[in-house]
Amino acid sequence: MKQDIYTVIENRRLTPTTWLMKLEGEVRGITAPGQFINIKLDGHFLRRPISICDLSRDSITIIYKVLGHGTDEMTRLPYGHQLDVLTGLGNGYSRSDAGDRPLLIGGGVGIPPLYLTARLIDPKPTVILGFNNREEMFLVDEFKAIGARVIVATADGSEGVNGFVTDAFDELIAQGETFSHFFTCGPEPMLRAVYDKVYKEAGISGQMSFEERMGCGFGACMGCSMKTKDGYKRICKDGPVLRTEELLW
Amino acid sequence: MVDTRVDLCGITLDNPVIPASGTFGYGYEFGVLYDINCLGTFSFKGTTLNPRFGNETPRIAECPSGMLNAVGLQNPGVDTVIREELPRLAGLFHKPVMANVSGFSPEEYAEVVKRFDRSPVSNMIGWYEINISCPNVHGGGMSFGTDPGSAAEVVRAVRWMTDKPIIIKLSPNVTDITEIAKACETEGADAVSLINTLMGMRIDLKTKRPVLANVTGGLSGPAVFPVALRMVYQTAKAVNIPVIGMGGVSSAEDVLEMMMAGAAAVEVGAANLVDPFICRDIVRDLPAAMEKYGISKLMK
Repeated sequence: MKQDIYTVIENRRLTPTTWLMKLEGEVRGITAPGQFINIKLDGHFLRRPISICDLSRDSITIIYKVLGHGTDEMTRLPYGHQLDVLTGLGNGYSRSDAGDRPLLIGGGVGIPPLYLTARLIDPKPTVILGFNNREEMFLVDEFKAIGARVIVATADGSEGVNGFVTDAFDELIAQGETFSHFFTCGPEPMLRAVYDKVYKEAGISGQMSFEERMGCGFGACMGCSMKTKDGYKRICKDGPVLRTEELLW
Repeated sequence: MVDTRVDLCGITLDNPVIPASGTFGYGYEFGVLYDINCLGTFSFKGTTLNPRFGNETPRIAECPSGMLNAVGLQNPGVDTVIREELPRLAGLFHKPVMANVSGFSPEEYAEVVKRFDRSPVSNMIGWYEINISCPNVHGGGMSFGTDPGSAAEVVRAVRWMTDKPIIIKLSPNVTDITEIAKACETEGADAVSLINTLMGMRIDLKTKRPVLANVTGGLSGPAVFPVALRMVYQTAKAVNIPVIGMGGVSSAEDVLEMMMAGAAAVEVGAANLVDPFICRDIVRDLPAAMEKYGISKLMK
């Protein structure tokens, strides 16, 4: 973990509810895809934990959804605004388990941490991206640009597979495809569906990134604990990425 | 040169700054960030006889100038703390540490103190801080801290288990905190610490349900500082034992204000969760703040 001051160098709307922000500053504290940063905002007591979408030598890209007062205020931060940020938080995805046919499954605002994961693994993965509708789609072209094979599912059928990410997965399996390992992030109902379908039914092991309301974000307050087969885990410190084998689902 | 040292029950602290229980784990998360030997001491995570997971999540909710928590005393239990946490801390922290103890009966509090006191790591412990004020557990915790008779019963049970100083951590969720403090003093408590969190709740307008799975939680952060200061002031006038002040402290100025209200030392809680380096910075800033306000020493 590192604490530093970062400068907003980009902050733009991607979809009606989703924004991209680029922060210039120190990136050496970040050691794995799937880690997150924790942003201090003026007028708010707790920091805002947001997953890392991409990195350059001197900047961090995050994609955030406007869900409350804090994220709403983030949309108004101008170019050049300085932010107090803790970086390199959490236990991210382990790339060494990807195998020869990796699969990434992301839902909504759970998609961003999978982008850096996709960029860093080889061979390039198959990526299933789930959205509510065509209007809310983002990052699809970026995944394609790094050589990933992208399959989109929308809940209202306005683009790609009509249904959820698990419906798109079913279609791939029906076509005789196989996968070595999966990486996923998304809302909890999606994670549960993916766990049942991909891990339990299809027998593919994977790594799942969880979201929880956090106090500190670095393992001190026990605000975001979860029971696992290996005891109590802190989502912020022992997670957010946990392995399918550890879960008590 | 100003003198930041204070006395806490016969043990001299280099400064009055003490990270509060539940915001500093067993020291390790912070010990890897900075040299925690700069602190006066710290109070480790509330420890019970048996391991506890605590409450369901969400356990955290934000508030104006503060936060609610309903962790519910998650901890690995006294035996694991003795076997794993304190030996690991020994490599990072070389001052007496404050052992925070929780329980669900006077006998449980006594048993936890007894196990710590007779363990190979007991020499690491300077004080026991007995938490009779956790608002987030049922059938124990705060129920002992809201009645002078029950508070006295807990003090009686733990008093004879150790020769080390006993500090009783008090709840603000009472009509008159000085009555509880006086009852603890009468039974032989060496000090009191206050305030634990104030009970509160939030409702999510979108889901129309309480934000916290536990429905209610404890409010901490700068929002509670004036309430805490008032209670420290009243209690310091009512008892002759030291009072440790806490509640929303987040700067060297807040520390001085607490001490002017009568605190012998000061705990810092929620601020650690927002800025992990805050206690190091308060210790660093304290001498200059003392000079600014013409204070040469803090020892009473």
